[in-house]
Amino acid sequence: MAEPGPESKPAAARVRTLIHLPDVQRRGVPFEVRTTLGHAMENGLRPDGLGNVVPRNLVTSFQCKLDEALVCDVDLYPAIAANPYLAFWVRADGPGTLHFEWRGDNGFLHRETRRVEPA
Amino acid sequence: MSGAVNGMGPKPWRRRRLLGVAGGLLLLSARPVRAVSAANTLAEMVKHWAGGAPVQAGRITLEIAALVENGNAVPIRVWVDSPMSPTDRVQEIVVFNERNPQRDVVRVVFGAACGRAEVATRIRLATSQQLVALARMADGSQWSQVVDVVVTLAACIES
Repeated sequence: MAEPGPESKPAAARVRTLIHLPDVQRRGVPFEVRTTLGHAMENGLRPDGLGNVVPRNLVTSFQCKLDEALVCDVDLYPAIAANPYLAFWVRADGPGTLHFEWRGDNGFLHRETRRVEPA
Repeated sequence: MSGAVNGMGPKPWRRRRLLGVAGGLLLLSARPVRAVSAANTLAEMVKHWAGGAPVQAGRITLEIAALVENGNAVPIRVWVDSPMSPTDRVQEIVVFNERNPQRDVVRVVFGAACGRAEVATRIRLATSQQLVALARMADGSQWSQVVDVVVTLAACIES
């Protein structure tokens, strides 16, 4: 019902992420990776100012892989706060690429990659 | 960080109206609208997750503030002391809540490149309630920890 405001852009252009890797990484020693995805995580239960319910729009899953090896597979539910933050531990036995993938409602898909070069 | 997206608070006159709407929504949400998750109690969720196998208290730790001022983004950290070797490792960690509209919070499956059975995130809490964290090990044993949380400003009403 609401007209898109002047600030609305194509979905892909709005996706923002923060991915933090430690400056020093060692082979075989776990290090923490922290990720944040900019996303409203609308749970479909919240009213807007006019009494309409804001439609559900959630990020429902996240996956991190180091090359082909799975780091973690996460199911996210409405109880995850907006701008979903996830921190987890990676063990790299050599250089590789971390692949991050978020999926959600309305075909939402966002991928990022980061190099790891453990000393 | 989240302020950039969530920071636009309603103006006072909108807030009035929201309060009325929120009250109506509270009444609605008391009924089991979505049959699967909403109607289940915490105990039922744990039982279902465990698949009939026993769940013991211990080994897993759920870290969360005992007194939460803002239920919209509550940091939690869950971990299990485990070497995460190919044979002795944690397969899965889940967190359930007692009184949000839905029981599920998060579910994490750990793979071979995971160095530690530990995960941190931020969650929403609708009211004061219990949270339970559960872990399933490679040897099939299952562990839990229950935490009580007091929430002074609830999520899911407005924000």
